[in-house]
Amino acid sequence: MRHDTVIIGAGPGGLAAARAAKRIGKRVLLIDDNWGPGGQIWRGYSGLDIDGIDKRYSTQVSDLDLDCEQLILACGARELFLPFPGWTLPHVVGAGGLQALVKAGLKIQGKRVVVAGSGPLLLAVAANLSKAGAEVVLVAEQASWGSLVGFGVSLWRWPEKIIQAAGLATSRFRASVWPVSAEPGRVVMSDGQTLQCDYLACGFGLVPNLELAMLAGCKIESGFVSVDAMQETSVRGIYAVGELTGIGGVEKAEAEGEAAGSRTALRGNHGAFVELLRQCFALREELKSLAKPDTIVCRCEDVTLGKIAACSSKREAKLQTRCGMGACQGRICGSALEFLRGWPPDTVRQPVHPVSVQDLLKQKETANP
Amino acid sequence: MPRIKLNGTLYDVPAQTSVAAALMNACFTARQSIEGEARGPLCGMGICFECRVTVDGIAYERGCQLQVRDGMEVTTDAA
Amino acid sequence: MNPDVLIVGGGIVGAACARAFLRQGMRVTIVERALIGGGATASGMGHVVVMDDSESQFALTHRSRDLWDELVPEMPVEVEFERRGTLWVAADEEELAAVSGKKAYYLERGVETELLDAKALYQAEPGLRAGMAGGFLVPGDSVIYAPCAANWLSEGATRVFGDVAEMGDGWVKLRNGDRLSAQVLICATGAWATELFPALPVKPRKGHLAITDRYPGAVHHQLIELGYLKSAHSHSTESVAFNVQPRKTGQLLIGSSRQYGVEDKAVEQHMVSKMLTRAVEYLPSIQKMSVIRLWTGFRAATPDKLPIVGLCPGLKQTYLATGHEGLGITTSLGSAELLLNLVSGQAGILHPADYGAERFAECRA
Repeated sequence: MRHDTVIIGAGPGGLAAARAAKRIGKRVLLIDDNWGPGGQIWRGYSGLDIDGIDKRYSTQVSDLDLDCEQLILACGARELFLPFPGWTLPHVVGAGGLQALVKAGLKIQGKRVVVAGSGPLLLAVAANLSKAGAEVVLVAEQASWGSLVGFGVSLWRWPEKIIQAAGLATSRFRASVWPVSAEPGRVVMSDGQTLQCDYLACGFGLVPNLELAMLAGCKIESGFVSVDAMQETSVRGIYAVGELTGIGGVEKAEAEGEAAGSRTALRGNHGAFVELLRQCFALREELKSLAKPDTIVCRCEDVTLGKIAACSSKREAKLQTRCGMGACQGRICGSALEFLRGWPPDTVRQPVHPVSVQDLLKQKETANP
Repeated sequence: MPRIKLNGTLYDVPAQTSVAAALMNACFTARQSIEGEARGPLCGMGICFECRVTVDGIAYERGCQLQVRDGMEVTTDAA
Repeated sequence: MNPDVLIVGGGIVGAACARAFLRQGMRVTIVERALIGGGATASGMGHVVVMDDSESQFALTHRSRDLWDELVPEMPVEVEFERRGTLWVAADEEELAAVSGKKAYYLERGVETELLDAKALYQAEPGLRAGMAGGFLVPGDSVIYAPCAANWLSEGATRVFGDVAEMGDGWVKLRNGDRLSAQVLICATGAWATELFPALPVKPRKGHLAITDRYPGAVHHQLIELGYLKSAHSHSTESVAFNVQPRKTGQLLIGSSRQYGVEDKAVEQHMVSKMLTRAVEYLPSIQKMSVIRLWTGFRAATPDKLPIVGLCPGLKQTYLATGHEGLGITTSLGSAELLLNLVSGQAGILHPADYGAERFAECRA
């Protein structure tokens, strides 16, 4: 069946878009790589599913060849991981990553966890992990208190659970601290202390999943998809909502999803909040020197920072050292190198995720009936 | 409760558990890097491909994006 | 100070020329508009192969393969040299019969080969679909990673990054206005040679490739269907052939496709589909394999499948080294040796007239 509106991503933005599009009478298809709705932030919540629309979960979109009048990209964001000695050890996990794993059944009861990196996600993760029975040893935010004060002012904008986390924040929260190296079972922090931990949950903020927007040729400005008042990108018929247009959390994503799905202008001014977040949690220069020449930068291909020292672009690093040539297609090292070296993203080609030969052939059949 | 085989040993794992979480609960790492390092899940959301394992004979499946199914067989590189 | 040799184009051919002249103690500068080894060199498979389409092609590929072999002891590990051998797969008795005469031809010219019956074929490559008739194995062929090879071959040359707007006898003008000159100028710009020399009968011929995740041991040789020759020789607008290469990493490169008249470098679904369908027909196990990337590139095709190597008609100091089609990785070294011999007035194994631009009427005018 042909759909009027196809939405990629079933997080808050995608779900809001789906509800709005359904409300105005559109035939809607909602696609997500995960096995259920909610995206990363609402992963595993019940009651999110929408009746009366078509849904395809556990479905990776590796190419855009969809027959619809409106395509809404709600691909969300991923964590920014920065390399430091020991970051490839198995007990070093993303902050959002560890939370996602716990939601997917990882037993965290009684485990000692250091939460580190940057951004409001750290507190939310710490709160959720505590609730699940983890012993949160420390929450280390790289930004300074001075910088965070500005963010404190606007905490009211955040969901209640983050405010609840403030209790935890006062006792175990440290600003201007970050991990400098990890060894099995422990982590050394920038203030000199060594902490024993079962997990170091570490993420340095969020970066948007721009691949599909780039593949579609949508205009990207300062690292985000450019959209008009109705969330339409520079490519006619393709819309972008949520973190793709600026890291701003659930409220912004829902408002943008509603606008795109109902094809009305966005309500509320979310730009100021995006800017506030960006400024409060700006990454400090010291983080650029955490990785040493023998620190792996590209985890897929085990390429060290030293090996790419002579390269001047992502493409050169790819061709000469295999950096970014692996299965994640440079998503992890690419985002890190944008911060470390200022290298812009490489061009995006389909498939935007690895895909089996069999599935590539299947796609072509449906694309060319 | 689904019964799955992880590196040859049977485990009863609550439904809705991801393969990646099941592996970690059983104290297994996931893939072996090309230089031989043991790697575990990093992003937990399908991006980093560090949790690649062989599931029912298919190599390079992302453990974090798959839920356990009764009878599933999972093997990691180190096994 | 002007270099002795100025090479336009930092692909494998330009890089091979750089090495040849550097070894004579000359000063070499390469002008490249993007990355060393970043064009067709990075798009292709990196197959060092003897081919027998014509005597001239055999001579050039054979000599070039010998030159690659001579370099092996010096090659850095990044070049990923592996002597995989080429296994030409005969799908049926007719294809096998057609290839059976080749053994003597290769032997006369000093190239060892083996004819494989069906049993021997499956011993060599158990993953092939059942029912194949046999194969023709050329054990001395090899595989390299060409971008690193280009980088290594051109070590010692001065690199200038810029776009050449105009080329004359021993000089070039860059888009930024700079003018560079040298005793010897070489144009090695592959499929884009006609930007500088519009009369050359070189056309871009688009190809698609896929690369999988690591499946070590899945394939042992570079596998090509004998029908490949039909695809490569075809003048029709598009064709595909089964061509799979095992990389040192354990990854498989899956090819190949050929298209004329397409200038857009975008990956085309229908070509990918045709190419992968063909690959699955020969090697069913790849169905379940994970493809990490798809990409395209442009071969510099000539009407007679031979490169254009020699003095640029009408000029005294400017040479051409282009038109290598799908064989540029192999024939780069032979082309470089040929040019060096031409410049220094020495005789070599290869006959310059076979590869000179004057063989084409449009270049003689």
